[in-house]
Amino acid sequence: MPAIEVSGLKKKYGDIQAVDGTSFSVEEGEVFSLLGPNGAGKTTTIEILEGLRNKDSGTAKVLGLDPWASGYELHKRIGVIPQGFKFLDYPTPKEAISYYGALFGKKVDPDELLRRVILDDASNVWFQNLSGGQKQKLGMALSLVNDPHVIFLDEPTTGLDPQARRAVWEVVRKLKDEGRTVMLTTHYLEEAEELADRVAIMKHGKIVAMGTTEEIESRFGSGQRMVVKGGDDLLKYLRENTRLRVEGGAGEVTIFLRDKADAMAALGAIEESGAAWEDLTVRRDSLEDVFLKLVGESGGVGEGGE
Amino acid sequence: MRFSLSRTMSDLKVYGRSSLRSREGFFFTLVFPVILILLFGAIFSGGGVSQSTVYVQNNDIGPVGAAFVSALNSTSNYCSNSSSAGLCLRLAPTDVNFSQYLSSKSASDGIVIPANFSLAFESGQDVNVTVFGNPSSTTSAVVSGIVAEVVNGFNVRGATGVHHVGIASRTAVSSNYKYIDFLVPGLIGFAALTSPMFAMVNMSSTYRRDKVFKLLSLTPLTKTEWLLSKIIWYVCTTVVSFVLMTAVGVYVFGAHIALNWGIGMFLLLGPFFFVSLGMLVGTVSNTPEAASVVGNLVTFPMMFLSGTFFPVSSMPKYLQAVAHVLPLYYMIDGLNEVMIYGNFEAAYTDMALLLAISVVVFALAVKFFRWRED
Ligand SMILES: Nc1ncnc2c1ncn2[C@@H]1O[C@H](COP(=O)(O)OP(=O)(O)OP(=O)(O)O)[C@@H](O)[C@H]1O
Ligand SMILES: [Mg+2]
Repeated sequence: MPAIEVSGLKKKYGDIQAVDGTSFSVEEGEVFSLLGPNGAGKTTTIEILEGLRNKDSGTAKVLGLDPWASGYELHKRIGVIPQGFKFLDYPTPKEAISYYGALFGKKVDPDELLRRVILDDASNVWFQNLSGGQKQKLGMALSLVNDPHVIFLDEPTTGLDPQARRAVWEVVRKLKDEGRTVMLTTHYLEEAEELADRVAIMKHGKIVAMGTTEEIESRFGSGQRMVVKGGDDLLKYLRENTRLRVEGGAGEVTIFLRDKADAMAALGAIEESGAAWEDLTVRRDSLEDVFLKLVGESGGVGEGGE
Repeated sequence: MRFSLSRTMSDLKVYGRSSLRSREGFFFTLVFPVILILLFGAIFSGGGVSQSTVYVQNNDIGPVGAAFVSALNSTSNYCSNSSSAGLCLRLAPTDVNFSQYLSSKSASDGIVIPANFSLAFESGQDVNVTVFGNPSSTTSAVVSGIVAEVVNGFNVRGATGVHHVGIASRTAVSSNYKYIDFLVPGLIGFAALTSPMFAMVNMSSTYRRDKVFKLLSLTPLTKTEWLLSKIIWYVCTTVVSFVLMTAVGVYVFGAHIALNWGIGMFLLLGPFFFVSLGMLVGTVSNTPEAASVVGNLVTFPMMFLSGTFFPVSSMPKYLQAVAHVLPLYYMIDGLNEVMIYGNFEAAYTDMALLLAISVVVFALAVKFFRWRED
């Protein structure tokens, strides 16, 4: 049985179709990442799965339970960091964790949990006086108090410094090692590449691409590209003298390569141009390139547009 | 029913500690009640300077007019004793225009006993004592209250035909009532209303805005447990206000207060009701702004018209009618009955009414209050 199962899920706020018939499933022990631009419907989807919002239609099951109808049972077995996590103003992280422990009837060691999310240095500071990143870390700690099977992390690293972000990554990897299921949203694509077994890219409430990052890159990417530092004269020369697809600006020229012949032609043309250039690299489309292409204004993917 | 007392207590611990850590919480729980009673106690029962003088013009030459004056006199302190709180009664000459006389003394409170008072009273005819007062002044309200008491006493005696007997006992009782005696229960009611109402209305909207309710809904804590912990907390703060205000009332202003279990009932029921009401108001309002407007609309009439700062019986009839639909009236009325008169039977009605309406409002609050959205 998959840990999370969603099919044909829809949710509308007034005129806005926030989730528009999404379907996916997440296996137990998998780390699944939901990506998409602002307003794509990620939080709405996650809140429906957490039982915090009712769906309009479709099915959603988490650990075999209907999140809305069986929320009370489900909540004992899931952990959640809401987007923009806020807590009561006055408890300290230590008190907050003890409070959660008492509510869930779980024995927890606040110090141990706070060390795990690197918040032990602020364990006795009132919540309202914690920094943005420290608050976020407390959210992470609280989501783990009840020893959850499935953990929903809605932008858990937004606003964190690089070290803290890596600490969260460590926590997520450990959760995966322990066999827990993690569903994660993020705007940092390298984070998804780093952590997720599979990702789904959402746009206007629909999933426009889903799979491992390699699958998505090779399916939606345009293959290899050559990037070279050079000015407008180089760009102009390449445009006028080759049939290659070229883009440029900000001192950088990108040449899209369909095959090896394109690569040789590009190298030759750069040499012939006589323009100044340096730092030539060849790479495949990254997840970020694919993401921008898929969610970009032009759409590109039929079902993604409006 | 999934109810857990230990979860309620865990929530209470966190909330109580938060309240004491927050400046407003600390102020409203411990400082505000003391300020209130010191302020109003000083203003209305105050020392020599703020002692209010009431002039009496007795145009009656018969015995009843004189008896009336002495009955009035026994409700007030002697004017020479300037350190004591209360009213000072002075006789005005009978050969002057009374309202001009009052203005010449810069006074607004006065009582005129008509010339035919003894005659009319003894022959059983209707006769009016005229009370001069400033409608915006609370001392005037107190004066009207006192006159009403005395007149009432006379009417009872008039009806039974026994004219002189009973004056002594009547004065003995009425002389015990001082303004401060009404002020202590009134302000306890005031504290039981304001801190839970404002806290709950505010909390219900900010918790929703900050998604704290959603967060709590992800734990096994239930709405009922959460609300109950708030009720317990505000019962505690109300008991603290009660102790502080009673101590100040008794030791600073010499209030007479009977301590008994009936007080405890009202200290439980008051916060129970107002926490539930505050939650209901916050819940049915869509935005924090609407919640605060509705909250004030509900709170302000109660704050002033329920007998908080002066006895309801001293208010005009139409305002008394308004007071009788305000739940706080029943708390303060009940507290008056048990704290001042020791009249438990009268307090039972207040208790029963308050309990019934609290249960209803609590049930509505739990029903309409949503942790999560559709
Ligand atoms: N409570 C609400 N009422 C009305 N509209 C809403 C509500 N919540 C979300 N929306 C709208 O639904 C759409 C999807 O919002 P959602 O929060 O799911 O996006 P998201 O993918 O999480 O975006 P972000 O990356 O910015 O967090 C947006 O257009 C948003 O304006
Ligand atoms: Mg979001």
